[in-house]
Amino acid sequence: MERMKTLSIQKSRDVDFIRRVEEASEQNVSKCYQCGNCIASCAYTFVYDYPVNQIMRFIQLGQKDVVLKSRSIWLCGSCQACTTRCPVELDVARIMETLRIMSRREGAVSEPDIRTFYDEFLRSVKTFGRVFETGLLPVYNLKARKPFTDLDLAPRLLMKGKLTFIPHKIKGRKKIAEIFERFNVYRLHSSVLSNTQTDIYEEKTG
Amino acid sequence: MKRIAYYKGCSLEGLAAEYDLSTRALCEALGIELVEIPDWNCCGSTPAHSYDPLLSAALAGRNLAIAARQGCEVVMTPCPGCLKSLKGAQEIYEHPKERKAFLELVGMEIGGRIKAVSLLQLLYEEVGVEVLQKLIRRPLTGHVIVAYYGCLLTRPAQIALFDDPENPISMDRLIQTTGATVPDFPYKTECCGATYGVTRKDIVGKLSGRILDMASRLGAEAIVVACPLCQQNLDLRQDQVNRYCKSTFNLSVLYISQVIGLALGLDQKVLGMDKLFVNPDCLLQDFERAGNQESHISQSP
Repeated sequence: MERMKTLSIQKSRDVDFIRRVEEASEQNVSKCYQCGNCIASCAYTFVYDYPVNQIMRFIQLGQKDVVLKSRSIWLCGSCQACTTRCPVELDVARIMETLRIMSRREGAVSEPDIRTFYDEFLRSVKTFGRVFETGLLPVYNLKARKPFTDLDLAPRLLMKGKLTFIPHKIKGRKKIAEIFERFNVYRLHSSVLSNTQTDIYEEKTG
Repeated sequence: MKRIAYYKGCSLEGLAAEYDLSTRALCEALGIELVEIPDWNCCGSTPAHSYDPLLSAALAGRNLAIAARQGCEVVMTPCPGCLKSLKGAQEIYEHPKERKAFLELVGMEIGGRIKAVSLLQLLYEEVGVEVLQKLIRRPLTGHVIVAYYGCLLTRPAQIALFDDPENPISMDRLIQTTGATVPDFPYKTECCGATYGVTRKDIVGKLSGRILDMASRLGAEAIVVACPLCQQNLDLRQDQVNRYCKSTFNLSVLYISQVIGLALGLDQKVLGMDKLFVNPDCLLQDFERAGNQESHISQSP
């Protein structure tokens, strides 16, 4: 059992990780005193490997590997319940978001299907300027090797006239593609979220 | 009423077409002039957030910049996800350290002050319950409807700056103007499963399942929402949820604009009622009867 792993918090303590999480999220994670309001509010604990209060504690302990490889950070729905109820006003959901970004950049994503879905979503935006829903799903199904995902919905969608087979391409789609390209260049020079520059969207999916 | 920039977002072009139709019809009936942002682009939604707040801000911010050029001071979006991105863009634009990066990416300034609001906020704060009350033509008296807000409409509180993050009441009040009974809904801000409809059916199955369950226990005939993703999970995916929960829910899930539009006497077709997956007939039967009676009366000598 992964949870039963023993880890030495002295040996694996990464102080720089704590600093980077706090800087990027603009939150002082050391304020967390394990009251448990976040886990009590979290609707997603049933699919998490580590509940959100434990993630906060792992950050305080500088346990970068455990945190960035956890499934929890990718299964968080960003519903803001934890943020709303934190008595020391930590923006917990924003910390989780920061961790997602870091795990992607450090190649530690433990929920590859979710990541694939997000990547294909963004690729659609980059290509057309808007999301092409009908085109997104088959590509995801192919890449995630789940060919039958949502096939059951197709006849009803068709009946309601909600399947469009031609993407709406906006006039400024070249401008949108340029935003993505400039962002990729910009990120090479920004260092707060990551000290390694692996796993850039274009490298991975282009 | 002043001109308002309209950012409908990608969902309203596809799966949530009826939200777009009913929003436009309702605003027209209320005398609100919507100016669709020309050549708008996707805000990047959750995928862009998972990439970088700056990318999200740049994608959403381009729309704000265009809206500002059109001379609009308010941009309205019916989608809470889009709203979150628009507000994120404003935050980064106002951030002393981040504005430069924003400008480099977007290549456009957001001229002037532009305020982003949801359709719900516009209806509640700009139109108001009292005005709406006077415009009701076909009351929904006797129907039981619950208001489901989901996560983002009022959260996080310091960004949403609207209603209450724990116990919002704006949508309840708006629905009450139609004469419908609106019971307190304890799950009004519980998450529906968000974007995991495609990738993790177990999440949407469980979370949307308990929302449908609570609504049926309260005797609701319909759930009213203001978010295309919530609507999708509860309506389009209701059969999937039923399979996961081994349940037989059959609850119609309408947009706030559709319910208010109905009560204002707008045409069902114009409101896109036929585009919903779970048949909303329970709310429509009275209208048909009322409509038939009217025509019967008008035909009689």
